[in-house]
Amino acid sequence: MSPLVLWFHKLGSPPYFYRLAGRFLPWLYAIALVTGAVGLYGGLAVAPADYQQGDSFRMIYVHVPCAWMSLFVYAFMAANSFVALVWRIKLSETLAMASAPVGAAFTFVTLITGSLWGKPMWGTWWTWDARLTSELVLLFLYLGVIGLYHAIEDARQAARAAAFLALIGVVNLPIVHYSVVWWNTLHQGQTVSLMGQSKISSSMLWPLLTMAFATHVYFFASLLARARAALLALESGKDWVRAIALAQPGREVSAHG
Amino acid sequence: MAEFLHMGGYGAYVWAAYAVFVIVLLADALTPLWQRRNTLREIDARLSRESNRKSTP
Repeated sequence: MSPLVLWFHKLGSPPYFYRLAGRFLPWLYAIALVTGAVGLYGGLAVAPADYQQGDSFRMIYVHVPCAWMSLFVYAFMAANSFVALVWRIKLSETLAMASAPVGAAFTFVTLITGSLWGKPMWGTWWTWDARLTSELVLLFLYLGVIGLYHAIEDARQAARAAAFLALIGVVNLPIVHYSVVWWNTLHQGQTVSLMGQSKISSSMLWPLLTMAFATHVYFFASLLARARAALLALESGKDWVRAIALAQPGREVSAHG
Repeated sequence: MAEFLHMGGYGAYVWAAYAVFVIVLLADALTPLWQRRNTLREIDARLSRESNRKSTP
């Protein structure tokens, strides 16, 4: 086997993953915190006010990165679900299930900040148009995956059932993304484009891209932290987990032990 | 400073949006710490129970 394949196999081993993730975690949190602070400062204080929306447009710096993350995390969850279902890799199950609550959190923030932005700009907190409704469906898909995972006693069976639901829900991703193109909606169209020209001035764009970077890094930090916690619970009978539990500093020493 | 907080009349909306962002992500960041501590505590309790059972005749 090639070294890369070997490393991949090793990564799939829970104790190895636990240790490696633990080494990366502080760095990921630090990078997310610093770039997030720079992005928010840039968005709130450095970027000029919009000529149409005034200062209300500054909500873009929390709304849009969270909206991007709501789709990205779902795609990540679905990809891991696919691997979990086809190759039955335990770590993929764990990663898929660990990403669901983070994705739900980003989707929730997207909906709330969108509502807060909609009130002053559109005159309404909520409207049942294609973009808003499909994003709400995305939140329900996340909640469905989380709910199904916790409803089944056996953790591995639960993960497979929830992974299947996550895969079916992928159909909603293009609907969210293209909703502003396919339907006539109140929501504005795409402003920032990966390919081609973005319709936004660079003084307004850099804080947005910085926030997008920060939220991606944050997602991986939260994902690794959640996967670590989940692995401890899943493997609680194993020796490596026992060793970690025994090495805890605050451990109560049993009188009979 | 007051002008900065005022946000051209949109202060309430802008600051509420940023507050929701920070609070939700902070809660999300604390959850795994809490889960990890709970799991380790449960394992700990089980290990103590097992060693107790072994030591009693």
